[in-house]
Amino acid sequence: MLLGPALFVSAALFTLGVFGVLLRRNAIVIFMCVELMLNAVNLTFVALAQRLGVAGQLFVFFVMAVAAAEAAVGLAIILAIYRHRGTVNLQNINLLKG
Amino acid sequence: MPASALQLLWLVPALPLVGFLLNGALALWRPTAKAAVSTIGVGVLVLAFAAAAAAVAEFAGLHQAAPLVFRYWAWMPAGDLRLDFALQFDQLAAVMALVVTGVGALIHLFSVGYMHADAGYARYFAYLNLFVFFMLMLVLGASFPVMFVGWEGVGLCSYLLIGFWFNEQINADAGKKAFIVNRIGDFGFLIAMFLIFRATGSLDFGPVFGRAQAVFPPAGTTITAVTLFLFLGCTGKSAQIPLYTWLPDAMQGPTPVSALIHAATMVTAGVYLVARCNVLFALSPLGSAAVAGVGALTALFAATIALKQWDIKRVLAYSTISQLGYMFLGVGTGAYAAGIFHLVTHAFFKALLFLGSGSVIHAMHRAYHATHSHDDAQDMRNMGGLRRYLPWTATLMWIATLAIAGIPPLSGFFSKDAILGAAFALATAEPIWYVYWGMGVAAALLTAFYMTRLMLYTFHGATRTGEQERPHLHEAPWVMTGPLVVLGLLSLIGGLLDLPELMGGGAFLQHWLEPVTGLAARMRPAVELSPVVEWAVLSSAVGVAALGIVGAVRLLQPEALLPARLAPPETGLGRLLWKKWYVDELYDTIIVRPIQWLAREVLWKTIDARIVDGLIVNGSATASRALGWLGSRLQTGEVGFYVVLFVVGVLLVVGGAVR
Amino acid sequence: MSWTLIIFWAFAGLALVSALCCITRRNAVASALWLVVTLFSLAALFVLLDAQFIAVLQVLVYAGAIMVLFLFVIMLLNLGRQGPTDVKGPLGLGIAALLGGVLLFQLWILRHAAPPEAIQLPPGSMARLQQEQGLVGAIARPLFDTYLIPFEITSLLLLAALVGAVVLAKRKL
Repeated sequence: MLLGPALFVSAALFTLGVFGVLLRRNAIVIFMCVELMLNAVNLTFVALAQRLGVAGQLFVFFVMAVAAAEAAVGLAIILAIYRHRGTVNLQNINLLKG
Repeated sequence: MPASALQLLWLVPALPLVGFLLNGALALWRPTAKAAVSTIGVGVLVLAFAAAAAAVAEFAGLHQAAPLVFRYWAWMPAGDLRLDFALQFDQLAAVMALVVTGVGALIHLFSVGYMHADAGYARYFAYLNLFVFFMLMLVLGASFPVMFVGWEGVGLCSYLLIGFWFNEQINADAGKKAFIVNRIGDFGFLIAMFLIFRATGSLDFGPVFGRAQAVFPPAGTTITAVTLFLFLGCTGKSAQIPLYTWLPDAMQGPTPVSALIHAATMVTAGVYLVARCNVLFALSPLGSAAVAGVGALTALFAATIALKQWDIKRVLAYSTISQLGYMFLGVGTGAYAAGIFHLVTHAFFKALLFLGSGSVIHAMHRAYHATHSHDDAQDMRNMGGLRRYLPWTATLMWIATLAIAGIPPLSGFFSKDAILGAAFALATAEPIWYVYWGMGVAAALLTAFYMTRLMLYTFHGATRTGEQERPHLHEAPWVMTGPLVVLGLLSLIGGLLDLPELMGGGAFLQHWLEPVTGLAARMRPAVELSPVVEWAVLSSAVGVAALGIVGAVRLLQPEALLPARLAPPETGLGRLLWKKWYVDELYDTIIVRPIQWLAREVLWKTIDARIVDGLIVNGSATASRALGWLGSRLQTGEVGFYVVLFVVGVLLVVGGAVR
Repeated sequence: MSWTLIIFWAFAGLALVSALCCITRRNAVASALWLVVTLFSLAALFVLLDAQFIAVLQVLVYAGAIMVLFLFVIMLLNLGRQGPTDVKGPLGLGIAALLGGVLLFQLWILRHAAPPEAIQLPPGSMARLQQEQGLVGAIARPLFDTYLIPFEITSLLLLAALVGAVVLAKRKL
């Protein structure tokens, strides 16, 4: 069966997503890496749904809905930041402190 | 029978408690309602005395050998310890209850006159009622803890009443001293209770004394420890060496308080305790010998101090300590009935002496008050010749003096002789008791001497008060002299209670107490003296007393005495005695000051200020501030850095799942 | 090796490689396009894992709608041109490699934490279910039955996100 390889690919994709988040400074790219992680998790859900019931696929459905909402809000935030500071580089977003 | 008096035993302590509550309420809201306060304060005592007398009468009719125990409610059920709130009535409790309520009622009556002008009148009677309640709990309690409640309660009332005029520092200090010194003794009492509970598994008097012979090997370590710790409690409460120093200072309280608490009742609690635990003391010859030895030593020691005191109440205070020593000599010798007998007669004549001195002080104080003089109203050097102004008081106090000196046929003679006779009898078997007996006889000599001295300086010779004061000196009102007359009568005939068989008496008290002390008496058989020896011992005591009186009359010169403010300072041995052998100074140097130093330098400045405040309190504050500073360094504002931290956190959480 | 496995590994490899490209391309537009490739590959894997409906949704929602949104914002912010790199220096790379390595190690250990046999369905049961109820029906039935309330709440979430995005992105309300 494909469960084992699917989980391996999922783990690899997730790690790549984390790696990307840590490596990049561009907010939009980081956001894309987060999407990558979400998809890696989706792959896990789908792979396990084969053996544990259709609920896993339903969960992927909800994850997609949340991801869509997140993308809409997140990109709006990035837009707003860009409008205020003229950049989306994380190095310049350094006011998040008391 | 609708309600037997014994069934209503709870009324005896409850009545003074009600009196306390009512008078306490009045003290708070109507302090000027003196008529109501007097009625309640004296009334509850008279009723309590009536209830106690009825109970005793009914009890005597029962010819009951075992104590009657009345359980009211479960007080402290905890594990193996099943403690009831229970009262116990037996022959010993009957005697004590009668003394406490009877003498108490007389002294309450006296107080009506003595305290009538005091602003704290209602408060005074509230405290006095509370004291009687606790004292009755002490003598009627059926277990050590109930007794201990009374024991602590009378200590509290003693503290409250010594410091009754707390506006003056010296009075408040005297109250604190009494309280703290008594704590030392109470510690001994507590330890003894723990030891008893561990050994017998109970704290009720019945089971403890019943099992005592089975669980304590005679003369064993445990029983000796128990008795010595119990006796430590007694030395505190009953002012024996080494814890007696609080009693003379306790004279700062109102004089009726000195009469009731510090002469007649509370201070005899220790004697009562030893008599109550006679089975335990009989099992421990060493404990008994310690009781008798300390008692004899205290009797002699306090009597020497009394020789050179000028304050009339201080003389009586040291006399009280000395007489308490006699009682302990008696109960330590195994003559429990004799000890209790002396307790009763002493309650009569010492209460009379204190009330008489109260009457004198009352007169002196009023005289000085009228002339706005600031001389000491209690200093005998300021008195003299008062019998012309206070004839009743002088006569009655002479009766008490002869009684305490041991002149037949007054009450003190019989009780003191019973104790000395018992000590002498035991001495024929154990020679060490000759020493105790000798100390007792010497103390008797001194007692006769210092009491005669007190009487001579106070009532005889020239009047040393100023000319202006003399017209103001006169006898107290009947509420004050009335109790004196009753007490005088009791001092006269109190000996009838226990006329020795030697003189054809029935030894009534001894037989009455037989069910309580019989077991202990059988454990240590008394030595029978031949009548000739007994007469000899007896007459030697009388002779010594007479010698003391005559010696005092011959040696002292009241005419040569100067008023206090003119008197030269004492020198030599007189100064040593006047300074009370410097015992207070000794305690101050070897105990109080080191403890104060320890408290100030070590406990306060080192442990509290440095370690607790510096290290723990401020240290933890500094540590959390340092941690907060470190945490604030993490907050850089760089989102990228936050992401790294976030990932580290996630890895840690996952790591917990991985293990 | 069966054809299924060959196809699986082909698409899996494509997904991993394109994901690597996505996180390493300097140009944001390139990254986005590589991500689209990854998402397509994942859709293919979904098909192989008996999740055809999800695969279709993946293409429609992710590769279609969401990635278009990304590209749209990138264009809007004019990030498509060549500029200084936003990839972190050696220190950042080291930290990223370290943490990524640790994560991979943890996941490697966790591969044993498989669900117990007792609750697993027999092999091929998903395919049988889809044959009985149809590809869509197998998902739609529980969605509108057991998970009806979460499904309805999802609509509220999307509405809230819609309003929020408008509030955040509009210059003047």
